[in-house]
Amino acid sequence: MTQTMIEANEIRMALGEGAGRVEALKGINLSLAGGELTLLMGPSGSGKTTLLSVLGCMLSPTSGSVNIRGRAVTGLDAEALAQVRRENIGFVFQSYHLFPTLTAAENVRLSLDVRGHRCLDARAKAKEALATVGLGHKAGAFPRALSGGEQQRVAVARAIVGNPSLLLADEPTAALDSENGQAVMTVLAELAKDPSRAMFIVTHDPRIVPFADRILRIEDGRIVDDQRSGANVRTLRPLKYAS
Amino acid sequence: MNLIFTLAFRNLFHDRVRLIATVIGIVFSIVLVTVQLGVFLSFERMVTTMIDHAPADFWIVPSETRSFEESSLLSGRQRLQALSVDGVSSVTPLVVGYASWRKPNGGASTPVLVVGAPANAAGLQPWNVVEGAVDDLSTPDGVAIDRSYFEQLGIAQIRQRAEINNQKARVMAVTSGIRSFTTTPHVFASLDHARSYLGVPPNRANYYVVRVAPNANATVVRNQLAGALSDAEVLTPDEFRHRTRIFWLFDTGAGAALLGSAILGIIVGTIIVAQTLYSSTKDHLKEFATLRAIGSARKYILKVILTQALISAVVGFSIAVSIDLSLVKMTRDAALPILMTPELSAGLFTLTIVMCAIAAVAAIRVVTRIDPVLVFAQ
Repeated sequence: MTQTMIEANEIRMALGEGAGRVEALKGINLSLAGGELTLLMGPSGSGKTTLLSVLGCMLSPTSGSVNIRGRAVTGLDAEALAQVRRENIGFVFQSYHLFPTLTAAENVRLSLDVRGHRCLDARAKAKEALATVGLGHKAGAFPRALSGGEQQRVAVARAIVGNPSLLLADEPTAALDSENGQAVMTVLAELAKDPSRAMFIVTHDPRIVPFADRILRIEDGRIVDDQRSGANVRTLRPLKYAS
Repeated sequence: MNLIFTLAFRNLFHDRVRLIATVIGIVFSIVLVTVQLGVFLSFERMVTTMIDHAPADFWIVPSETRSFEESSLLSGRQRLQALSVDGVSSVTPLVVGYASWRKPNGGASTPVLVVGAPANAAGLQPWNVVEGAVDDLSTPDGVAIDRSYFEQLGIAQIRQRAEINNQKARVMAVTSGIRSFTTTPHVFASLDHARSYLGVPPNRANYYVVRVAPNANATVVRNQLAGALSDAEVLTPDEFRHRTRIFWLFDTGAGAALLGSAILGIIVGTIIVAQTLYSSTKDHLKEFATLRAIGSARKYILKVILTQALISAVVGFSIAVSIDLSLVKMTRDAALPILMTPELSAGLFTLTIVMCAIAAVAAIRVVTRIDPVLVFAQ
């Protein structure tokens, strides 16, 4: 039986003030289960990034509630939300956001360091995470020496090294070519099989649809479509990436 | 290596131009502060050097005396009154005054400060005598000067003759390291010669140096002296030192100017370091936002920035101290050398750390307000 990792109820989010006030999310209800790769798709300005920010505990919703593994996180202050993030959530960003002055292994270890894990064990875990994404041999390389795909895989290793229950990715393939995009998605899809982790990817990229277990469509701040694939689409060849 | 240190270190050294600007700011500031405080310390010590070397338990000084160099005259009757107090072992006259020194080979006269005391152990005698002897001051016209003033006084060697206030003088002893904090050299003479040079009547003096008998109560003696003497004050050496320092350092404005320059140095240094740290932090804002997004506590980010500030402080201080030591060496024989004590070095290091920590405040304010959502911006 799969476990619900995150649950959002009646999330509303208003941005701006006065005449410029916009309701970015208009009553979102959502739950993500472990072992599932969920895609959130929609046009620009539909509320994708806002929803990702709320689920990632970076923004507090105007109203509604968010529970992560049964713990209510709505209304917590910035420090408490940071603690929720470091204990439960891994992030993968479109622009990788690696530290250019740190090696791949150090970038990964940073995720453990902020959690207070500073022993030799942290180094081993970082190397293990890099090996998981197929970059064990690039541990000592600086980001400038890595391709875009490799940088994104380092970012994935950084996101999973703390063993989060929720992995959130923002357009992880948008900056990559087909080959690198496929490599990154293959890694993410493999990681999504872990039943102790839910994966939620915001994307415009139709090429990654075949990797999804579930696809949500958002328009104008509302989820308008929620489809589950009948078959396990991750086992299918991602045709859109084929050259 | 600690990852916070690694990140801070590499962030700093990644942008070397900015690092150089930061270090220059710190070095400029610390060298300026060291020079000002070093001169201040040196000045503070030098203004009391005569008081330090006089074997006094108490000083009898004319009322309203503000410094060792500036005083009116005490009478012979006051000396006798002091000697009549129980517990007083000796009361030694000391004559001090400015005079004009005419060089042996002619040329312009130069002002000197004549210090005259009787040739016995209780008086203020020249010290660090490297040529001749203190006893030679008793010879006709005998005076002692410091070797460092030879050129200024037109003297090439011992036993050369000159004139003080149109009276004969002969250099019979040479000292080393007795420097004035002004450009006016000290000239030691016997009491009688000094009185003669300065036109002080035979039974009068600027100061009386009091020694207390070994078994007498100094406090009681002091109170009795103060009661017995009118128009004079009885000061301990510490009180006289303090009064002289206050006069030269603050009443003349010299010390205030030095301290003012030191404070200015601190302010300028802090601003330069703050500016470079702030712009460095702004440049790394997305990285700090990423740290925040992946769950780092504010404390963690503050540690990174403070570590950057501390590394800058250590690098800047190390370079500044090297320059300071060179300056100390270069000014060793100057009229007012820069003094560098272990306490001053420790204080400067602390100051550098504090300065850099304060400089980091602006950068810290930026990162504490950072919004992790920034990581989603392209």
